[in-house]
Amino acid sequence: MNVLPLKDDSVAAKRAQFTVVPLRHPWRWAAAAIVAILLLLLLQAVVSNPNLQWPVVASYILNPIILRGLWVTVGLTLVIMFFASVIGMIVALMMLSPSKMLSLPAAGFIWWFRGTPALVQLILWYNLSLIFKDITLWLPGLGTVFSVPTNTVMTPLVAAVVALSLHEAGYMAEIIRNGLKSVNRGQTEAALCLGMKPSLLLRRIVIPQAMRVIIPPTGNETINLLKTTSLVSIIAVGDLLYSAQAIYARTFETIPLLLVATFWYLVVVSIMTVGQGYLERHYSRDEAGHDPAPGGFSRLGSILMMREKWRGAQ
Amino acid sequence: MKTNHFERFAISPSVMIHASDVRKSYGSLEVLKGVNISVPNGSVACIIGPSGSGKSTFLRCINHLEEINSGLLLVDGDFVGYRLKDDKLHELRASQICARRAEIGMVFQHFNLFPHMTVLENLIEAPIKVRGEHRAEARLHALELLRRVGLAEKATAFPRQLSGGQQQRVAIARALAMRPKVLLFDEPTSALDPELVGEVLSVMKDLARDGMTMVVVTHEIGFAREVADQLIFMDGGTVMEQGDPREMIANPQSPRTREFLAKVL
Repeated sequence: MNVLPLKDDSVAAKRAQFTVVPLRHPWRWAAAAIVAILLLLLLQAVVSNPNLQWPVVASYILNPIILRGLWVTVGLTLVIMFFASVIGMIVALMMLSPSKMLSLPAAGFIWWFRGTPALVQLILWYNLSLIFKDITLWLPGLGTVFSVPTNTVMTPLVAAVVALSLHEAGYMAEIIRNGLKSVNRGQTEAALCLGMKPSLLLRRIVIPQAMRVIIPPTGNETINLLKTTSLVSIIAVGDLLYSAQAIYARTFETIPLLLVATFWYLVVVSIMTVGQGYLERHYSRDEAGHDPAPGGFSRLGSILMMREKWRGAQ
Repeated sequence: MKTNHFERFAISPSVMIHASDVRKSYGSLEVLKGVNISVPNGSVACIIGPSGSGKSTFLRCINHLEEINSGLLLVDGDFVGYRLKDDKLHELRASQICARRAEIGMVFQHFNLFPHMTVLENLIEAPIKVRGEHRAEARLHALELLRRVGLAEKATAFPRQLSGGQQQRVAIARALAMRPKVLLFDEPTSALDPELVGEVLSVMKDLARDGMTMVVVTHEIGFAREVADQLIFMDGGTVMEQGDPREMIANPQSPRTREFLAKVL
């Protein structure tokens, strides 16, 4: 009987003579083939169906009205996200305060603005003048400093920014609070022991570490918000969807124009996704080299692979 | 404004940390039941005792991470969290406490290095932002300290790339970067693999030799015997026994001390 020799290197030498026969995955191949066929059928339906009117889609892609609408949509998203982050940060810090007079109103804010649909809030703010006729600043001793009719202030655009900022702030507050809480208490203590003031400690130690937890859900929120802004078409703000609607109300080319809007929404979302990846990498620079996210062609290549690459030394 | 109350409380000016009848409760649970400790300038005090004896809590009271309920606790003759005025102790604002804390270094069981900063950034952050040192000056001092703890070549590494022992040595260097009057150690070797304990203890021995005032909560009896000027045994929120470490370890007076030492030696 042939017993394996005890010396290590000779075992390795024996091992090297064998060829490894990879395990076959016939069912995986079959399933992949079915999916490929279905994809081809779908593609054929999309290309050959005349109702989609691809030439009309192409002619409207760079239409100035559409591009202006796209600009309004992107601008709204950025402005609303900015206000939502600032308000959310304040609410999150209030939530973490030991004083109940700060934490309870903050909890109430989140309850109210997360608990009502964005569309309802949008219409409510738009109709603010039905509740408050005028917006007045009254100071004791000075009397009325100024007063304006609510309707002149609460234009559709302002209503959209206010309503969606407050709505989004409810979500951002929870995300930021989670992020701040995720930073180990020992970090705060170490910073305090080095004589750092609470404001410095928050800025230099806690927030940079919280960012790692905050960025991924914030990216998702921004992408969601971009799509949620399409609600403003209800109150006649000229965003991407409203612009598309304005054109097809005239020309009845409903489907092509909705496809144009869809195209631009997808383009912006894709750009945001890439940007989010860069931000995440920036805030986890101490982990650089440990978790390289595949991007571009390597991702495409990995779709065509039938098995995971055998990583590491053989 | 630096004040000290050495005369008022009849304490020798050579005392760095003075605690008399220090009491601290969490709700109805009293964890410190009148602690009396005095640590002279340039000396090393080691505090030992079973878990739950209040030794870590006492250490955290020294730099006001925990507030005490009564008693007198002075560092270099002054209160850390209060100002004495007209026989009343006025609580200080967070920013004022920070100025006092900057003079008291602390090293933690779990290192608590800032993971998003390199080793060098960990060391220079507070000297620049709190002490107002120039960047170049802080950098030079930091590199000198890293050399002292034997980690000069790790300046650009991130904490997670270091072993536990290396992280703790960086943590000590970070505390030293603030040029503290006193260093507090909260079980600095308890979270380390056994073979890494030695490198941290040897850095601490060097510090003691250089005359740094240190209060060390530890389970390393060997270190206490070799380095400490006084050994303090705490149990149940009080100081059971204190004195010369060699004498106390060889011939403990209280039965609780004897029992504890028998278990850990």
